[in-house]
Amino acid sequence: MNAITNRRGFLQAGAALTVAFSVGLRPRAAAAWAEKPVAADEVGAFLSIDAQGAVTVYVGKVDLGTGVRTAFMQIAAEELDVPMARVTVVEGDTALTPDQGATYGSLSIQNGGVALRAAAATARREFLRLAGERLNTPPAELRVEDGAIIAGSRRVTYAELVGGRAINLKVDANAPIKPPEARRVVGRSAPRVDIPEKVFGRFHYVHDLKRPGMLHGRPVRPPAMGAIAEAVDEASLRDIPGVVRVVHQGGFVGVVAESEWSAIRAAQALRVRWSDWAGLPEQAKIWEHVRATPVAQVQVTSERGDARRAIEGAPKQLAATYDFAIHSHASMGPSCAVAEFQGDRLTVWSASQATHNLRKQLAMMLGVEAEKVRCVYMEGAGCYGRNGHEDAAADAALLAKAVGRPVRVQWMRADEHGWDPKGPPHLVDLRAGIDTQGNITGWLADAYIPKGAGGNVDLTAAELASLPREQILSPGNIVHNLAHGYAMPAVKTTCHRLETTPFRPSWIRTPGRMQNTFATEAFLDECAAEAGADPVEYRLRLLPAEETRGREALERVARLADWQTRASPQRDRAGAVLRGRGVTYVKYELVRTYVAAVAEVEVTRGTGAIRVTRFFCTHDCGQMINPDGVRAQVEGNIVHTLSRVLKEELTYDRRAVTSLDWASYPVITFPEVPPMTIELIDRPAERPWGAGEPAAAIVPSAVSNAIYDATGVRMRSVPFTPAKLLAALRGA
Amino acid sequence: MTQTITMTVNGREARVEVADPDMPLLYALRNELGLTGLHFGCGLGQCGACTVHVDGEAARSCMLPTASAAGKRITTLEGLGTPERPHPVQAAFIAEQAVQCGYCASGMIMQSAAFLAKTPRPTEDQVREELVNNICRCGTHPRVVAAVMRAARG
Ligand code: FES
Ligand code: FES
Repeated sequence: MNAITNRRGFLQAGAALTVAFSVGLRPRAAAAWAEKPVAADEVGAFLSIDAQGAVTVYVGKVDLGTGVRTAFMQIAAEELDVPMARVTVVEGDTALTPDQGATYGSLSIQNGGVALRAAAATARREFLRLAGERLNTPPAELRVEDGAIIAGSRRVTYAELVGGRAINLKVDANAPIKPPEARRVVGRSAPRVDIPEKVFGRFHYVHDLKRPGMLHGRPVRPPAMGAIAEAVDEASLRDIPGVVRVVHQGGFVGVVAESEWSAIRAAQALRVRWSDWAGLPEQAKIWEHVRATPVAQVQVTSERGDARRAIEGAPKQLAATYDFAIHSHASMGPSCAVAEFQGDRLTVWSASQATHNLRKQLAMMLGVEAEKVRCVYMEGAGCYGRNGHEDAAADAALLAKAVGRPVRVQWMRADEHGWDPKGPPHLVDLRAGIDTQGNITGWLADAYIPKGAGGNVDLTAAELASLPREQILSPGNIVHNLAHGYAMPAVKTTCHRLETTPFRPSWIRTPGRMQNTFATEAFLDECAAEAGADPVEYRLRLLPAEETRGREALERVARLADWQTRASPQRDRAGAVLRGRGVTYVKYELVRTYVAAVAEVEVTRGTGAIRVTRFFCTHDCGQMINPDGVRAQVEGNIVHTLSRVLKEELTYDRRAVTSLDWASYPVITFPEVPPMTIELIDRPAERPWGAGEPAAAIVPSAVSNAIYDATGVRMRSVPFTPAKLLAALRGA
Repeated sequence: MTQTITMTVNGREARVEVADPDMPLLYALRNELGLTGLHFGCGLGQCGACTVHVDGEAARSCMLPTASAAGKRITTLEGLGTPERPHPVQAAFIAEQAVQCGYCASGMIMQSAAFLAKTPRPTEDQVREELVNNICRCGTHPRVVAAVMRAARG
């Protein structure tokens, strides 16, 4: 069953909605796209049930290839007591779904799923109340089975209960949810509903959408990021059949053609005179550039005692700087969107994480009210954050406006690697004082990271064409996890929020938390080594006793990895191949998911080659909706982050990105993926937390600590390339 | 000035009209024949998302001029198997849940199916080597290897 097909079916069968029962149905406004409530405090925003008892779930959070669609179905099926097969999901359609914010930050289940659960539980309670009246039985004596409420031998279905009436219900966050022992669907691994269609080539990605009369567009990006197109020579396309239009506005240039291949050829062949621009910093001096960037805001994220004084008074002082390279999302599928104007109304199909925000951004760019724009989510390739999907949507919108026909834009590989927003450069200075017993007396962390939070990332087309846009930086919430939960007498963690950063920044899986955890957990390992302490014991010593779940995660990962208690580095470092192990722990954002990991590595001394040979992880995200889905996310986090940590680094000259394909931006390959042992700690009575990112945070430091254990050399700069390790080994 | 190219696609004769015979087969399959199971990932032969079988061999459809497919037997993901009669690799991908976004999955399955046809009892390392040029960004690698091994066990 395909949610997209069903959604289309639903839209075409719009009339059915009026005869079908719908929770909270309101009259259809003649011209409005919105035919149902979308306010997130109304049950009807999340759920409708038709006369046959089929349940449709409407969510603002979207399935980015992570499997949350299946988890949403499980949640609805559980609370409403209907089979999963009777549930379909509509995601991220601004006309139909509540605005639940962007799908980021590992919040889909924690927030989106919990909101849906509350809506379903509210509906269930109302059905029980109505059934109680109808069947003359107190609700407590009723049973719900397969969408029907039963009292002895009498039963009434949800649909019969409401009989076509509209019920307006406010979501009650305190409506009773099923207790763990009564759950039959949630908490058990359910096969993902999208996988069969993906495996048989029947799934409809946004890339596959065809609209009547649709043309194909391609942006032509400047060879220097800030260049303007001074002149465009349309005659250079004379020999390409089916070219419909060249669109040119400032730095924005695009071509539209009847066929995709003609659009591609035209984009390659178009002769453009570009202005000169060379505003990027020199890559070799990126960290000097970061340090020289003006600070807009100083943000102290934790402070206890006088850390500076404590460090200066300590018998032993450590200081180190950790840096983390600029990364691309480097999605497998170049970003894609289809835009279509009908009169002054624009519909855009996009794999955006945040269709509700995209709608506002497109409206702003085009100078129209948001009500004139509808954004409909369709799955694309995994994005791992705010990649180019929204920008492709803006390209398509500008091109569709110019030609008056629907336009599909898919970027080329070089557009994706070159123009997706980037994970910004991240620099952390650390200092610690250690007393004669090896205790940390004071801890100072100073991060140099761009200003801004998880707002909207400006659309590239709007930037290039100088159209209205917000002009703010939105790198994601990158300050988290610089503060840590270890007990130390004096701590100060400070984020120096920089005025600018070389590339348009955005979040990539675990933004900031990954970089800060890398610095914190590797530097903590430096302290443990200085103290001559075992790295697991050292952490347990510093973790407060009341942090029982964190301690359990750490203790269990040590057992899982058969951790031998000793200090790092290992003693015998004379061989050609050195082996080591490293541990890491994080409590995500200090308020949710606990993760601990052990990495084992093998280092070839002569070449600096690093191989991660095994990876162990324990993961406690509270209640799990779909345990196998959580496991897949943890695996994905580990593999993706190993790729980033061992291999990935954006390269650029003064004009533009130069790592424009998979050869110049290498990523992890099958032989490099280690065997993984993952232990999910299930806590059905706890609240559900996120799993989409936290396990990524622990990977860089686990690997760095393992390399140190093997070699005695500390890798403080991501990626850990053989060249860097070789240089460090030679210097050691 | 269009040219008609005839090939066998998923067991049936298919004719494609092309204005440019050098147009990669990928566009003919996706846009002219509506076979969207294969994906455009790089257009450079680097990622594997566009993999199909040409006369039984795994090939990158983004690198093949459509004209070169004339008279050839092309199989795409849609022709490999169906829900009713899945290819063992497809069934194994479902059993192992070896898909996240799935953008790479088509290429993974096609590459693996062609490989198993020639190497029915591979080792895990052979599977990893075979898939070395198939990229996945979601990190499905362990499940993909498990799926191919499962398919090989039959
Ligand atoms: S799209 Fe053909 S190999 Fe990448
Ligand atoms: S499953 Fe997303 S790229 Fe492989």
